[in-house]
Amino acid sequence: MRGLLDVYLIAERNLRKVIRTPQFLVVEIFVQPIIFVLLFAYVFGGAIHVANGSYIDFLLPGILVQTATFSGLNTGLAVAEDLRNGLMDRFWSLPMSRFAVVVGRIVADTLLSALAVLVMIGVGSLIGFRFHGGMPQAAAAIGIAVLAGATFGVVGALLAVIFRTPEGIQGVGFAIIFPIVFASSVFVPISTMPSWLQAIATRTPITVTVDAVRALSLGLPLHQLPLTAVAWLVAMIAVAGTVAAVIYSRMGAAIRA
Amino acid sequence: MEPAVVLDGLRKSFGKTVALDGVDLVVPAGTVYALLGPNGAGKTTAVRILATLLRADSGRAFVDGHDVALHGDAVRRVIGLTGQYTALDEALTGRENLVLIGRLLRLSAGDAKRRAAELLEHVGLSEVAGRSVRTYSGGMRRRVDLAASLVGRPRVLFLDEPTTGLDPASRISLWELIAETVREGATVLLTSQYLDEVDRLASRIAVLDQGRVIAEGAPWELKAKAGGHVVAARVAATLVPAAVAALAAMGPVRSHQDELTVPVHGEAGLLEAIQRLHDAGVAADEIALRRPTLDEVFLNLTNGRGSDARAA
Repeated sequence: MRGLLDVYLIAERNLRKVIRTPQFLVVEIFVQPIIFVLLFAYVFGGAIHVANGSYIDFLLPGILVQTATFSGLNTGLAVAEDLRNGLMDRFWSLPMSRFAVVVGRIVADTLLSALAVLVMIGVGSLIGFRFHGGMPQAAAAIGIAVLAGATFGVVGALLAVIFRTPEGIQGVGFAIIFPIVFASSVFVPISTMPSWLQAIATRTPITVTVDAVRALSLGLPLHQLPLTAVAWLVAMIAVAGTVAAVIYSRMGAAIRA
Repeated sequence: MEPAVVLDGLRKSFGKTVALDGVDLVVPAGTVYALLGPNGAGKTTAVRILATLLRADSGRAFVDGHDVALHGDAVRRVIGLTGQYTALDEALTGRENLVLIGRLLRLSAGDAKRRAAELLEHVGLSEVAGRSVRTYSGGMRRRVDLAASLVGRPRVLFLDEPTTGLDPASRISLWELIAETVREGATVLLTSQYLDEVDRLASRIAVLDQGRVIAEGAPWELKAKAGGHVVAARVAATLVPAAVAALAAMGPVRSHQDELTVPVHGEAGLLEAIQRLHDAGVAADEIALRRPTLDEVFLNLTNGRGSDARAA
């Protein structure tokens, strides 16, 4: 599979860029996730009451998934940026896999969001977060959070090939992703929402994913939660990935005709 | 020898805009071939089709014998492309950019590094190889960009307006690099709006205007085609209208500042021009028979588009 080496090379290039731009690394991987953990834990922590256990135990699994969605938007912005760059012409005129340019970006961003997950767990544990369900469950929780990072990376890439401009992606991010993330079980128990909103919020992939990660980390009864979440995420990768691939392969590099 | 590039009835439209309106061309291997024409003539579209970045609406194109529509991958293996916009990763160093291209071309890590060092030396940028491209000047970027298109030792190199926006010194150093690449056996297809560039580099030229080839040949052939010779006369600025009127019967007169030119055939034309100016009472400061410049050929062919130097 020659495409795999291309993906590796492009992912390596993107990670190298991130290391070259320490501001980005520090803000995306450390500052932003840490601020979210601390702000929500201390600002809302007193006001929000959760059924069993402390708010930080409730909050952290939610923040992990929320960070994954935002990192997906960043992937979208970066792909849109790549598409506008003359560099795309060079990549597309080389005998390489043209999908590798986008897949390599998603792989790199997924690795970065995995790093962010570990940072947030570290910070959370300093202020009281604990896994209550045992090692395999903790590993599964982290695995699903990272899979969510990859999924939203693919969704971001789809937005990028549809909208092609950072402005378009930011618009959608704010108008659609933002409300879906907040109207979910990320920060508060859904049972506190009005019933019409509950009806929507319980069915979003965000809530499903957060509930699975949360059940795994708190040691709650799992039911089918992890399986449902993985099924959702894999299906989203398949659908968004296929649509994005079709649009992308038809683009013919004619963005700047 | 098989031609390096063949275009056969190539057409491409963007919506209602016709970019290529049936272009036929044959680029002999081992030459520098120039596509010359004003903005919007279709030069870039032609290059993008040849580099497999765009699909033609109809017609066929071959690069090194491979059909660009059917065997894009084979084409991509033998070409290098330097587009109008620098195609470099700003955050990476010059060396990292070239190594990445080398690795994507399946050179081993060691070979990619060696090739990058060799090319950076070749374009005179060894000292700044470890600096990020962000810190490079426009001329340095262009040179690294050219180097990037040479990593795979392409048999056919496409250069889309390679020196647009460069200062004179950078242009000359880029021209030398291009000439060297051809000496090493590559074929270069370049697009340009600059006649001096084409005159200096190209052994054959196709003049494109509104998606059609309106003239094709060696620079000297094109110059000969435009009437063989011109009579060029310099007159005092106040006398220009009278001089234009006097010479108008001989052919289309062009005036540029105080110089008038009119296409003629042979020495008789010079005698006639002198006689006509004399009869009109215009004293020329200078009058001579010479070959037209490529600018004059170009203006003749494109009916003076993109120029205000038109007089009839």
